[in-house]
Parts: sequence; structure tokens; C-alpha cells
Amino acid sequence: MKLAATLAVPISILPLGVLEQTSRMLFNRLLKQHPGLFERLGEHRTKSFAFIPNELPIVFIVRPSDNSILTRRKGQISHPVDASVEGPLFMLLALLEGRSDADALFFSRDLNVTGDMEAVLAMRNALDDFAIDLPRDLAPLAGPFAPLFLRFGERFRRHALAKEGQEWN
Amino acid sequence: MELICPAGTPAAFREAVDAGADAVYCGFRDETNARNFPGLNFSREELREAVGYARSRGTQTFVALNTFMRAGDEEIWYRAAADAVALGVDALILADFGLMAHVAEIYPAQRLHVSVQASASNVDAINFLVEAFNAKRVVLPRTLTIADIARIAPKIRCEIEVFVFGGLCVMAEGRCSLSSYATGLSPNMNGVCSPASHVHYRKEADALVSELGDYTINRFSSGEAAGYPTLCKGRFDVGDTRGYAFEDPVSLDVMGELDALTAAGVCALKIEGRQRGKAYVSEVVKTLKEALSANPQRRAALLSRLKGLSEGQKTTSGAYNKRWR
Repeated sequence: MKLAATLAVPISILPLGVLEQTSRMLFNRLLKQHPGLFERLGEHRTKSFAFIPNELPIVFIVRPSDNSILTRRKGQISHPVDASVEGPLFMLLALLEGRSDADALFFSRDLNVTGDMEAVLAMRNALDDFAIDLPRDLAPLAGPFAPLFLRFGERFRRHALAKEGQEWN
Repeated sequence: MELICPAGTPAAFREAVDAGADAVYCGFRDETNARNFPGLNFSREELREAVGYARSRGTQTFVALNTFMRAGDEEIWYRAAADAVALGVDALILADFGLMAHVAEIYPAQRLHVSVQASASNVDAINFLVEAFNAKRVVLPRTLTIADIARIAPKIRCEIEVFVFGGLCVMAEGRCSLSSYATGLSPNMNGVCSPASHVHYRKEADALVSELGDYTINRFSSGEAAGYPTLCKGRFDVGDTRGYAFEDPVSLDVMGELDALTAAGVCALKIEGRQRGKAYVSEVVKTLKEALSANPQRRAALLSRLKGLSEGQKTTSGAYNKRWR
């Protein structure tokens, strides 16, 4: 079983409120680390973006204009979004960190994009210009366990990229 | 042999420098360059920092001002040239003769390169640009064979740069109106080929359908490698045949002809891809840098790993090794 698919079971059981609170905490931490993250979006800052991990039963909706993230179960999105990006979870995370090339993943059909393509391109370029490093950026949330979190996060990332990355492209 | 590498963002610029680029080319965040895409390119302050970063590591910075000026709006291009010169860039890459004349007159010490968009593809055209505007280098259009380049090189009075890897345009560079026909916007005048504002993707069962404006460009069946949504890479019905009427969705890779290009008189190899992410820039620059000093067998092995990053996941030597019709 793929690494990400194992997450689908607990996520489908956990209350949406818990998932929402967790994703908001992580998202806010990233914004704190990278305050200019959405600057390159320009006029597309007011758009809404859905990030859809294939293996998980949830969708993340990001609205850069108010620095917000919503978490919804698939099929329960009440308002239409301007653009959607869909792919394997670790591939989306690799794109967030700029470790994969979005065009190449699109050519190989691993990545699906729909909706406002200007907004998608602007978001891709905005994220690509920042040196996001999820283990490093999120480690402080673990308090005294930050060094342990960092070490585990980096090892997990290496493993995930090696195991799943070879299936992309 | 110099390696000239693309950068669409400051992060990609640093990756290119760190990966061993001899020069990095980039553009301002406006219609003065032919990669005017949302969220891409450099503010003046970002370019200032990039030039400093490159210089401290012995890398040159080239700025592409390679679109054609609109009558009445020349000031946009003049201001971009003035700012790039003031920031100390090593060369300006220009396509518009009017802009070349302006730069040659106002900034005579500024090194000027002829963009591929100028479509200067014969001895007379190139020597005219050298004499009239003191052009120091020409980026040759991807319409010439290596034998053509070898014939031209001894007769021109400037350096030759050629594209060796990356996206491949339909063979009328600087003169292509396909995008303009479908959307009203072109790379030549607006800096955008197939502007994202006019691109739509939709799923039809397992197929992916790409559309540009009112035109369906392609329908990729499940698992079939996709390409950019440009008319030149579209699959159309022509008579009784359905296929790629202009060109296949493939990327250029002519690094296998490195020795022949060197013998032909080429002094700089250019990588296309300012619209690509920093992961692409890093991987391609590192690989090509290594390939430059590798023997032919090792070179082929190195380059094969880049196929997965290419449009359609296929590569071609294009017109450099013309074998068709």
C-alpha cells in the first residue's frame, strides 16, 4: 500500500473540525515562515484554489486574499473554486517544496489541473520561488520535540520521494 | 563552450547559478519579454539581487527584452533597457531593430545579443545587425541544420549561440502568428504564446481535452503523455488523417551533437525554459554541465534521464539534423 493511502483511514474517521484545525495550524505556520508567499499571485490573490490529494477523502481550499485554508470532505464543497490541482499527496507536497517540476508532472499526466489556468500558473510560480521545507518550517510546532520531528520529517520525506517519486514522470 | 540557462524566478536563478551556469538569462515582470506569464519574472529589486548573486559567483546575467515594441508605447521597452543597464547586466537580448538602435545609441558600451526572436538566419541579416547595432552575439533560430551553421559561422563577425535543450517552437521564430490567430495575443507582441487566460482543460471520461480560445487543441487518451496547449502542437483532422499537422509535442535535445556544434563554430549553448520550475532548471543545468565534459557514451546516458522532464516525454534534434521532406 502506498504511504499516503495509509493516511486515508484515520482521516476518514477523524471529525472534520479536527482536520480543519490541524491544517489551519500547519498553514498558518508556513505563512509565518514565508510571509510573502502569495505576493507573486498579483491579481490572482483573490481567487480560490482547491488542492486535491488523490488518495485522501479530503480537499484543501486555499484563499490567499484572506490567508485562509478550508478542509472539506470530497463531494462536500459548497462553493465553486476558481482552480483545482489534483495529484498524489506526496507529489503535491513535493511541488509545494519545489522539488518537482509541475510541467513535467503535467506532461506525464500525474498532475491534473482545471479551472482558471492563469491563477494556477501564478500559484505555481509563487510557490516555486520560496524555499519551503516542510520538516524545517513545521518543526517548531512540536515544541521540545522539534529536533526529533525535524529528523523524522526529513527521513520520511527522503523515503516518500524515493518510494513514490520514482512512479512520477 | 558557455552554458546559458533560464530563470523565471529568483529561486530558479540561484539554482541555475549554483548548478554551474556560465550565464543566466531572465526578464522583467511585463510584456518586454517573451515569457510574460502570471507570477513569473523579476522586479527591478529582484534583478538587482540576482545580478549581485551571479557576479559574486562568476556567473553572467543576460536580460531578455525580446518582444517587439508597440507604436506609442516604446517607453516601456526603453525604461526596461535603461533599468537593466543601470543594474549592470552583462548583456541585453533584443529582437526589435528599433530597440537595438536605441540601445546602441544611448548605451554604446552595453553588450547586445540578437534574440532568436529576431529571426536572423543568414549571413547578410546577421552582419547587418553587427554593423548597424554592434551586436556581439546572435542566437540562431532553430531552423538551421548544423551544416548551415558551419557555413554561416566563418562569414559573420559575431559569436554564435544556439538552443540545445527545451521547448521547441514552430519554425518561424519571431514571426509566428498562431497564438495571435486563436487568442489575439502573441509571444512577439505580448510575450505570451497560448496565454493561460485562454487555456482550458477538461476531462472527457479518461481523456484530457485541451482547448485554446475556441479551438480544441488536443485530446490525450488515458496514460498518453501530454504537451503544451499550443496550436503548433495541436492534433487536427487534415483530410482523412488525424495527427500533428505542424509538429509533435516533443522537446529539443541536440546535446548529442555537441562535438559537431563546437566544430561548426558555436560558442554558447542555450537551455530553453524560463517558464519551468526551479527543480527543472537545477536538474537540466547540472546534467548538461556534466555532459559538456563527458565522453559521448557517458553524455548519452546522462541526457537520457532528462526525457521524463520533456514535453510529450520525448525529444528530437529538430532541424539541426533535418531528415524530413
